Amino acid sequence: MPELTSKVREIARNLLEEGRVKVVIGFERGTMPLRRTPCFVRQKGEVSRLIWDSFCENNLAKYLVGRAEPLAIVAKGCDVRSIVELIKENQLRREQVIIIGVPCQGMVDWRGVEAGIEGGEVREAEEKDGKLTLRGADFEKTLKRDDFLYPSCQTCTHRNPVIYDLLAGELVTEREADPYQDVAEFETWSGEERWGYFTLEFSECIRCYACRNACPLCYCQECFVDSTHPQWVGKTTNDSDTMAFHLTRAFHLAGRCVDCGACERACPVGVDIRKLNRKLVKDVKERFGYEAGLSLEQVAPLATFKPDDPEEFMVNP
Amino acid sequence: MEAKIINKQEIASLLDRLIKGYEVFAPVNKGDRICFERINSGSEAFLDYQNSRIPPKGLLLPQWEVLFSYHTTPGAVEIEEPPPPERRRLVFGIRPCDARSFTLLDKVFDGECPDPYYVNRRQGTVVVSLGCPKPRATCFCTSVNGGPFSTEGSDLLLVDIGDEYVIQVISDEGARLLEGSWLKDAGENKLALAAGAVRVAEASLEAGVATEGLKEKLDHSFNDPVWQQLTEKCLGCGVCTYLCPTCYCFDIVDEGAGSDGDRIRLWDSCQFPLFTLQASGVNPRPTVRERYRQRIMHKFSHFIDNYGEFGCVGCGRCVTECPVNLDIRQVLNAISQLEGVR
Repeated sequence: MPELTSKVREIARNLLEEGRVKVVIGFERGTMPLRRTPCFVRQKGEVSRLIWDSFCENNLAKYLVGRAEPLAIVAKGCDVRSIVELIKENQLRREQVIIIGVPCQGMVDWRGVEAGIEGGEVREAEEKDGKLTLRGADFEKTLKRDDFLYPSCQTCTHRNPVIYDLLAGELVTEREADPYQDVAEFETWSGEERWGYFTLEFSECIRCYACRNACPLCYCQECFVDSTHPQWVGKTTNDSDTMAFHLTRAFHLAGRCVDCGACERACPVGVDIRKLNRKLVKDVKERFGYEAGLSLEQVAPLATFKPDDPEEFMVNP
Repeated sequence: MEAKIINKQEIASLLDRLIKGYEVFAPVNKGDRICFERINSGSEAFLDYQNSRIPPKGLLLPQWEVLFSYHTTPGAVEIEEPPPPERRRLVFGIRPCDARSFTLLDKVFDGECPDPYYVNRRQGTVVVSLGCPKPRATCFCTSVNGGPFSTEGSDLLLVDIGDEYVIQVISDEGARLLEGSWLKDAGENKLALAAGAVRVAEASLEAGVATEGLKEKLDHSFNDPVWQQLTEKCLGCGVCTYLCPTCYCFDIVDEGAGSDGDRIRLWDSCQFPLFTLQASGVNPRPTVRERYRQRIMHKFSHFIDNYGEFGCVGCGRCVTECPVNLDIRQVLNAISQLEGVR
């Protein structure tokens, strides 16, 4: 997306030149053809490092908490929603961050692309007009970008930044479809079936905490799994402790998770982490009419009480 | 060196034969990745792979293991230790980098202070490696004294020459494995093909990573501001350490309730915040900068001080699986190129 890249660089250059920020957080080329990597640009002469395309998959809002300096961040739809929640949770002041919003067409799953090549290693990749051309030692293949989007991007209904200071690129049309069809299907399963599903998924978990560490809303100074006095959760990968970790983390994110998918992408063993989070996102939407990350004014439902909050579990058991 | 020849179609039969005498672990296709698992039939092995997601170190140093169970009664404690492994293990089809990693783990766990839990598993483990005719762009084994057809740590090494493998016999143990089998000696022409495959693979890795003089640079750049810049994007998760064939740090915990419990050893990571947190509350490695720097220094300086070798086999898993593409090769090159550092 060369026009988006140029726009991002131009905005970054101006901000650094004018001294409005000390650092611009964005993406640059990674060390493999299908990878981009977070970068921190502090000199206007370095803005040519910045890039924007379909591989800018990390949620850069992760890097905002605990910074004192004025900064700018190149943020796609989901990143901006995380920023909204961080501001509401007093982890970041609105005035401190200049949001360079980028309307997003979804990010490509690089592991899915590699699998789609079926053997052979991608040595060069080019993205143009919705197509990905991949070259290896003895092959060249062209794939449609939209066939390889991350699951979170396939159902995203907030691709445009909900708040921004500067916009890099044209707003895109939002999807009208219901993003929770898979969750509704999951809700038809019995308790045993659900437990069985999660036991199987989490049996692969190696407790590396990439999911937690990739999540912008996991910023606790001491995570519950790192507590030793008391030891809330065991540290082995036995079924029980691993389930406890994921269930508890999902509950800690209820009403706060913006379903950006960073957790799922970070997982090195392909655990379906988002399923739990999405169920809670749907529950919060239905019960409290609230979706995280859309508004700086709306208070998160688990941080407040309204007289008409649903209480059927107490009142009509 | 003695060498046999085997048709790829015959591998499953060879494995079935080996399964009679050993617990055999081989690469298994899980759909989206490859893992080393115990197989009960040769046909379960999947050798058309680059490398496993999780390294096979778990076969020697499991992610968690019960060291002993305890049961206390007034005035007495009963300790129960798990039984030693019943059968010898055979790891089939691991890459030379992973085979080499076993020799590095041996220096730690079977050196001055033998670790009985590790040694019980390691002793009698036979290793049949699968050499790499097409190393990945992210592999850098030759930069850390390894190679795509390195024989270190292997009893047998398979060299892919198309429809067949040349089986190089590296050790007496390896020779014993093939005793009485139907396999014939590899002829001159096959051996020449194997030598050619080795040359091609090694040539593809020539670019490498700057490790010459690296230790000295590391030892004198502890406070260099470059570390802040290199580690700024690090998330501080444990992917690089858990997926590393040569990372071995562990924690020991007691898990129990009341009178019964287990003492458990489990993987730990220097990237986790608790790793150096002291009882006083002080943490000498408070941020990712200090922790990541320590990882590099451990593998490329301290391990050399302690054991005379790099603590890295260049498998590239940390490169491909880091969620933010923090590339160890870039870090090593950056340190090697530091100016004004003795």
